[in-house]
Amino acid sequence: MSVETLLEGMADGDRLRLAGNGAWTAGNARRLEGEINGAMRRYAAVKHVSIDMGGVERLDTFGAWLLERLVRAFSGRGCDTQVTGLKEDYRHLVDEVHTVKLEQGPVRRPNQILAALAAVGHNVAGVGHSLAAFVNMMGALAVALLRVVANPRRLRLTALVHQLDNVAWRGVPIILLITFLVGCIIAQQGIFHFRKFGADIYVVDMVGILVLRELGVLIVCIMVAGRSGSAYTAELGSMKMREEIDALRTMGFDPIEVLILPRVLALVIGVPILAFLGSMAALYGGGLVAWLYGGIDPDIFLSRLREAISLDTFKVGMIKAPFMALVIGVVASIEGMAVKGSAESLGLQTTASVVESIFLVIVLDGFFAIFFASIGM
Amino acid sequence: MARGNGKEVVIEVRDVVVGFGDHIVLNRVDLDVYRGEILGFVGGSGAGKSVLMRTIIGLLPKRAGTIKVFGNDMSAASDRVRNSVERRWGVLFQQGALFSSLTVRENLQFSVREYLDLSPRLLDELAVAKLEMVGLDGSALEKYPSELSGGMTKRVALARALALDPEIVFLDEPTSGLDPIGAGDFDSLIATLQRTLGLTVFMVTHDLDSLHTVCDRIAVLADGKVIAAGTMATMLASPHPWLHAYFHGKRSRVGQAAEAGAPALSPD
Repeated sequence: MSVETLLEGMADGDRLRLAGNGAWTAGNARRLEGEINGAMRRYAAVKHVSIDMGGVERLDTFGAWLLERLVRAFSGRGCDTQVTGLKEDYRHLVDEVHTVKLEQGPVRRPNQILAALAAVGHNVAGVGHSLAAFVNMMGALAVALLRVVANPRRLRLTALVHQLDNVAWRGVPIILLITFLVGCIIAQQGIFHFRKFGADIYVVDMVGILVLRELGVLIVCIMVAGRSGSAYTAELGSMKMREEIDALRTMGFDPIEVLILPRVLALVIGVPILAFLGSMAALYGGGLVAWLYGGIDPDIFLSRLREAISLDTFKVGMIKAPFMALVIGVVASIEGMAVKGSAESLGLQTTASVVESIFLVIVLDGFFAIFFASIGM
Repeated sequence: MARGNGKEVVIEVRDVVVGFGDHIVLNRVDLDVYRGEILGFVGGSGAGKSVLMRTIIGLLPKRAGTIKVFGNDMSAASDRVRNSVERRWGVLFQQGALFSSLTVRENLQFSVREYLDLSPRLLDELAVAKLEMVGLDGSALEKYPSELSGGMTKRVALARALALDPEIVFLDEPTSGLDPIGAGDFDSLIATLQRTLGLTVFMVTHDLDSLHTVCDRIAVLADGKVIAAGTMATMLASPHPWLHAYFHGKRSRVGQAAEAGAPALSPD
């Protein structure tokens, strides 16, 4: 593209002649706006303005509006403003834009409405989903991720933060509560049965290892699949139903990149954090019950815990978390994109999403158990 | 093709086959759309009008044939070319397909914000300008799509389709679900915008009044093929049984009037 100016000005006393050049179209709108604002500042003292549009090769709504804005601004200062040389083809458009009234500037409403999410439906056993869809979605996500890595400006940061807020931050209270209670129950059951053998103190080993290796991350993943996986499926599904995803495509956007990648990334970041917090809450619950119900002093609990667990125990749990998050995110997205036109289908897919992701999380946990056992962690 | 000679073809559909499973919906369809015309695309329900529209804009895969838009073969084109073509068309979906979680303002600004680097002031002013061009005013800007009436939804969706000043707009049954007065207004709106912006309009419709009042040319889809394309007069004169039934049927005042020898569109 040329770098010629789109608007040239020649001031002569209180008379100003402006001449438009080149294409006054969408692609040049930003430059044109800058030049118009510049002209407005530079020629503050003129009384008569004539704008010669003869040199403008192309004009669209963007250019027509900016011309109209220029005319209004000079007229608003009490200048006598004329537009000349406008091509006949563009006359309609300029007249149309001329009637636009901006005055009733609408008040921005405080916008806090969140789309209500469909509740998790009935439990339906129907987990048979093809591996191809899974691999396909993983591939599409990988491509989208590579594109974002190659050009980080494509990352939808706002969407990512919004999803992190939904997935992680808002999930903290319920996850702390549930893991805390699970920790309490394990400790109570352990003490109750171990006491018969006089082995009360080993409840600390059991709580520590069980919570850090398995239960913390597993319970968090099951909660997240129910809370966020279902929400993802419902959101994507209803967008699919209302042709919103088609609309994105026709505008040249990739739905995987715009909608799914931020959601899956939010899960992969959020779940390990939640798993860590959940494990801590469960240990706290276990310690509390051991003290109040089993008479094990907190000091003894802590020193025993230090002997029972190692850094590996903790690592095993945390390594699993992002992989499980990925499984939940991918399954939820596949089910969401599989929604057909009806609301019933949305319900079915949401259910399938939750059932399937919990199932796959547990299967994956089994594979990890074998893997860690064989590498001796 | 009747009036096409010498005009620039912006959409060229050749031998396109589209099917679902065993069911062939479009069987070697040919169609040309010329720059600056309003083409009405008609056919029985389920004949595949929307299927052809969705195939042209790339939402449905085709089994054979070529589709060229602005001379670019869409299935052979690179992502970059496809993307640049997508920026030059706008689509009005049957149900509007407004993004339900965004306000009217955000809907109108969505693609502009993405593709052009404009100041917030200009974005807001253009949103108002586009709304007024489709016959609404700024008071609708902060509404959500669920708060709009059917007619308003269509208008906002049209404004969104026009957001980037496209050269082609695809309209999928733009007047369906509107009352006759609203439908008439919408027709004249489309005609006005077409004149003002120099648009090429591809309109899938069932509305005989629309066909009569705004369409320059009509293409008819039946049995998986385009069986006729031409002006209203050509359609009325055609001996093809389906065309005769369609344009001279009970619901066609135009046809009835023509047969009775009375002036078209006279009040009943």
